[in-house]
Formats: sequence, C-alpha cells, structure tokens
Amino acid sequence: METILLFAPLIGSILCGFGYKYIGEKAAMWTATGMLFLSALLSWISFLTFDGVTQHIEVLRWIESGSLSTSWGIRLDRLTTIMLIVITTVSSLVHLYSFGYMDKDPQWKEGESYKPRFFAYLSFFTFAMLMLVTSDNLVQMFFGWEGVGVASYLLIGFYYRKPTANAAAMKAFVVNRVGDFGFALGIFGLFMLTDSINLNDVFAAAPKLAETELTFLWTEWNAANLLAFLLFVGAMGKSAQLFLHTWLPDAMEGPTPVSALIHAATMVTAGVFLVCRMSPLMEFAPEAMAFVTVVGASTAFFAATVGLVQTDIKRVIAYSTCSQLGYMFVAAGVGMYSAAMFHLLTHAFFKALLFLGAGSVINAMHHEQEMTEYGGLRKKIPFTFWSMMIGTLAITGVGIPLTHIGFAGFLSKDAIIESAYAGGSGYGFWMLVIAAAMTSFYSWRLMFLTFFGKPRGDKHTHDHAHESPITMLIPLGVLSVGAVLAGMLWYGSFFGHADQVGKFYGIPVAEASAHGEVAADAGHGEEVADAGHGEPAAAGEHHYVFAGKPGEGGLYIGADNTVLDDAHAAPAWVKVSPFIAMLGGLLMAIWFYIINPSLPGRLATAQKPLYLFFKNKWYFDELYDAIFVKPALALGRFLWKRGDGAAIDGFLNGVAMGIVPFFTRLAGRAQTGFIFTYAFWMVLGIVALVTWMSIGGGVH
Amino acid sequence: MIGIEHYLTVAATMFVIGIFGLFLNRKNVITLLMSIELMLLAVNINLVAFSSFLGDLVGQVFTLFVLTVAAAEASIGLAILVCFFRNRGTIDVEDISVMKG
Repeated sequence: METILLFAPLIGSILCGFGYKYIGEKAAMWTATGMLFLSALLSWISFLTFDGVTQHIEVLRWIESGSLSTSWGIRLDRLTTIMLIVITTVSSLVHLYSFGYMDKDPQWKEGESYKPRFFAYLSFFTFAMLMLVTSDNLVQMFFGWEGVGVASYLLIGFYYRKPTANAAAMKAFVVNRVGDFGFALGIFGLFMLTDSINLNDVFAAAPKLAETELTFLWTEWNAANLLAFLLFVGAMGKSAQLFLHTWLPDAMEGPTPVSALIHAATMVTAGVFLVCRMSPLMEFAPEAMAFVTVVGASTAFFAATVGLVQTDIKRVIAYSTCSQLGYMFVAAGVGMYSAAMFHLLTHAFFKALLFLGAGSVINAMHHEQEMTEYGGLRKKIPFTFWSMMIGTLAITGVGIPLTHIGFAGFLSKDAIIESAYAGGSGYGFWMLVIAAAMTSFYSWRLMFLTFFGKPRGDKHTHDHAHESPITMLIPLGVLSVGAVLAGMLWYGSFFGHADQVGKFYGIPVAEASAHGEVAADAGHGEEVADAGHGEPAAAGEHHYVFAGKPGEGGLYIGADNTVLDDAHAAPAWVKVSPFIAMLGGLLMAIWFYIINPSLPGRLATAQKPLYLFFKNKWYFDELYDAIFVKPALALGRFLWKRGDGAAIDGFLNGVAMGIVPFFTRLAGRAQTGFIFTYAFWMVLGIVALVTWMSIGGGVH
Repeated sequence: MIGIEHYLTVAATMFVIGIFGLFLNRKNVITLLMSIELMLLAVNINLVAFSSFLGDLVGQVFTLFVLTVAAAEASIGLAILVCFFRNRGTIDVEDISVMKG
C-alpha cells in the first residue's frame, strides 16, 4: 500500500507530462489528479490505521559501496504518516483547484498546451516530497530534498515568458543551494562519524556523537552540535528562515496553486520536518537547539513586521508563511517537536486555504494582485470571502482561552507559545507573542482591504468580479473544514498528556517524578510542584517522562526534556497572552482599516524611515545584492573578460595564429618541389639508417 | 686476378654516379630515369658478383627479375614523361616544382 501511495504521483506525472499528446489534455490532467486522490486516500488509511510501531519497507537496493549501504525504502512512523496526509491532501486539492485556476491563462495564446505540463510538475513535486518524508536514510532524503527544489524551480518559473518569474526561479534555486550545502556537509559528517547514513544507525549513535569532538574549519567542535547545526542550515534554506528567506516572497511569481502547495503547505515545511526527524540528534545538541530557537523566533518577528506593510496579497501571505515557519522552529528548538508538527499540520490547512482563497480573489479580479485595487468584494464573491474568513480566524488563533476549543491555529500556536515559555526561552516567547499580534493585524488587514470598504481600482474589473468555478470552491470548502477542526481533533495526540502523545508517536513512556522530586503518587498530581518554575501543576496532571531509545518511535524526546509537562503547567497569563495579542491586532486592524481608513497613510508618512524599512523587507535584498550578487557578478565579469577572453582565448589564438604558422612556414620551406631534393633527403636518410645499423647494431 | 672486390667497387662507383646523377642534374627528367637505371644496374652487378662468388644461382635469377622490373619502370616513366611533355611543353626539372610548399 505504501509503495502504491508513493509511486502513484510519479506515474501520474509521467503519464500526464509525456502522454498528453496521445490521450488528450483533459484525460492527462484527470489521470494526474486521480492518482493524487488515490494517494491521498491511501495516506489517510495509513495515518488512521497506524499503530505506532515503526515499519521499514525496502523498495530497491540502491548504492552498495564499501561501508555505504543505501536502499530506496520507506520508513513508516507517525512523523511520516503526518507528513503523508498533509502532502497528499493539499496536493490533491491543489490539483483539483488548478483545473479552474489554470484554465485560460492569459500568459498563453489560444491552442497552446501548458496545462498538462503544469499538472506533471505538480505531481512530480508531490512524488519528490513523498520521497523526502518517507526516506529511511539521509541520501534518499537528499534526493527528495533536491527533487522538490527542482520542482519548485520549474513551477516558480512556470510563466517563463515573464522575466521576473525566471529571475525568481533562479533566486529560489541558488539560495536553496546555500542551505543544501550545509545539509550535504551534515550528511558527510554523519557518515564520517557513524559510518552509516541509515537513520536508525545515526540515531543509535547520537549519544556517542554528543561526546565526540570534530575538527571543522580549523576549530574543535562538539560533533552533535556541529552536525545538528549543519543540518539546520539545510532546513533554514528550505524553510526560508532569516538570512536565507529572500527567495520565498519572490517565489510568489509562480501560479497561485503552486504557492499554496509548495510555498505554504509542504515544501517549506520540509525544514521543520528535517529537524523533527533528526530529533534524536537534536536532543543531544543543546547549543544547536538554542540557535534553532533564536533563528525561528527572529524569523517569526521579522517576517511579521514586513507582512504589515506589503500590498501584494500573495506577498502578505508569503511573509505570513515565513513567520509561521519561524513558530515551528521555535517549538522544535525548545524540544517540543510534537508542537512543531502540530502547527505544521494545522498551518498546512489554513495557509493552503488562504493561498487558494487569494487565488480565487485574483481569479475574480482578472489577475490583479495589489490589495490597493481591491475592496468591497464581500458581496461579489461570498464563498471565497467566507472560506478566507475561516482561514484568517484559524491563522490569527481565535478560540476560547484556557479551553481546547478553537480554530486550528489557536490550539497549535498556543501550544508553541506555551512551549517556548516552558522551554525557558524568554526571547522566543516574547518574540512569538509580538509576532502573534502582528499576524493578527496583517491577516485582518488583508481581509479588510480585500473584502470590506469601498471598491477601489478599475471599475470595470470590479463590475466583472465573479465567483470562481466549482473546481476551485471544493478545495476551499474541504480546507475550511480542516482549518476549523484539525486543531481540536488532534490536540490530545500532539499536545495532550505525555502518555497520549507517547502513544500517538509510539514512544514508550514511563511514569516518573518530575525534576527528580518525589511525585507522591500519580493520583495526587496537583500536589506536585514544578521545581523549575515554582508554578503549581495543573490539577490531575500525571507526570510521565519519555523513555524510548533514540530512533524508537516517531520522535525522540530526552528523559530530561519536560517541556511538555512544563507547558501544561504554564501560568494562566502565558496561556492567555497569544489570545490577547490576537485581540489587540484585530482591534488595531479594525481601527486602521474600518473606522479610520486615512490613518495608515498618515502613519506611514509620519514614520517614514520605519515604514520604508519594513516595506523594503529590512533591505535584505539590497544588502545581499551589495555583498554577494555584485561581487559575484564582478568576479564573473573578470573571469569572463580577463580569464576566459584574455588568458584562455589569448593563449589558444597565440598558439594557433603565431607559433604554429611559424613552424609550418619553416617546414614549408623544406618542400622545394624539386625531385632531386627529395631524393637527396631520402638517400641521406638511408645512409643515416645504414650507418646507425652498422655501428650501433640497430634496435636490439 | 679479378676478385669480388673489383666487381663491388665498380658497382659502388656506378651507384654513386647514379645518385649524383639524381642530385646534380638540373636539366632533364630523362637523365633522372637514366640515373635510376644506372643504380639498378649497379645493384644487378652486385647480385651477379655475389652469385658467382658464392656459387648460388638464385642471385642471377633475381637479376633477371630486376631487369624486367627496371624495363617496365623505364617504359612507364617514359610514358608519363611523354604525357607530361604534351601537357606542359617542357621536361625541365627546374620547371617541375608543383609540390613546392
């Protein structure tokens, strides 16, 4: 079943991409979509029937070279099944959505065939992504990792007649290579130290790595920390974390379904997945984890500030994605991988929903993406409005504080913020709370600018604004359901009591005392004080610690990692703070865009430097342009003009046009054309040969 | 007594004359052909001399072959020369320098 699940998208992609000339466009597209729905169905079956025991399914032997032994295989554990449902569900819905969205694209003339190509790329992407998440070893994971990179490149540059799209595709590819370099180094390092790239062997060796020293760049490092850091650099590239984030907003040049699938729900979360997958190694690398937390928190904050002032609807959501990925990394960084995966799951639903909703708006507005041209669309496209409303409620985290009832984002985001507090990362906690307020502000700003107020921009376009076709509305509906329910359904599994979480992931748990204190007995948990923070534990709290060995179950959580318990025991103000932040952001947005619409303009003029700073994305692009791009271009020009032009071409031309003709002229002069000269040389040669033979005896 | 060395001396002299005929002749292609004939004859004398000296008839048989081949070569050479003369109107060696580099 898992093999069919994995290869169905590949088969769909090949049939669709190469076969559409024989079976027709429509049939090709339906083949790819059908394969994806099959894959999604099987994913849900495997997710719901999974019993927590890790399975290894070998598909093919791949590389056998010395001690390197690799096979194409499937590692089926809870982490994999979560990713499977996320990927295949969103992907199949995006396939369906693309029927409507990609229909009659203005980039192509009548009769040009581009849709099968689009569907083939989407299916290929899904296959590569599945390869990545199901891999049982790091090399296969790297294959998937690069596969999704290629698919992302192809899809961002899908509108190849737009120079900006081509540039964005190249940028995404190049920036990702920077991260991949770190990832590759991490794999090399792991192979060097553990002599294996199979995940099980690596996990088993993790405790030993923590005590190993490794020389890298002329410095001694702790092996676990260094390798975890290098792998995280790979994750940073893929997940667009601060310093390597510049490609993600530009990637919005691609078609909107692509943004929803690749740059919101699946590929960009591969980095989070990698960190969670490598949790056994991460648990032994405290410094690297601290780094993950700081980078994640900074990204969440940075991207949220930029999102505040963008006017392109897709760019706002792109920065929002970037920011939410920061949340996930904070959760992973404080050791609460389960919360990271929880947010990954819920985020996939509501962010895909927001993107597809934005696509629906763009479709209705004839490919206009500037929010300044929108306004008052609530009545024109009601279904899109309501589904985007659900998405916004989910991302901003609306719910009832101190209970477990709320939209998906409410539960998962609160879980992360509580974890950040419990994990002892003050910086992470405050950054995330502030980012939560800004998330709420820019999300509502998007809603208000798009759907409320008076219509702005071209009157003709507004008059012709129309609701999208049914193929685009079904995915919105399905994802809306996910955005509402995903949090409540799986809260217990991802962030409930330790025994629940342990059962979900297949991690053995042992009842134990917290922080070495006597836990009295489990029935009187309320008496147990949390020694770390001095806060009373929630009533009826059982104290469990995760007791698995590295590599056992979907995640590894160290025995001294009590973040989960501590998070549940966090004080009430911590638990309410994201809600208050959300409310604050909402009220600000209402004040700015409903009550007093002239305020944003005046504020932007009053705070011009700050506004420009945010508007220009903290000048990261300009900075990189000056530091990396310009020198690289200069170096390229130098090597081209001086190196290639002057040195190499000069050398070859000199040889071919100077030295060689000189000798040919010399040889030419020997050719007198007179027979007697030739005869003379011939005789002379014979005489020389005879002499040589008589005196020296010739060749022995 | 005339010994083998005398024959060899004559043959060597003739051969060298032939060679110099090739080298020094700047006028006539026919002279070149004659020089080649002379060199072949010098070789023939060598063969006959050794054949008689060693009492082996094979050398003389070989001489007859060489003579035949030489006759054929001379006739072909002359034929080519006639053709050449018809085309170019000259058989001066100085003028035949088509292969000049």
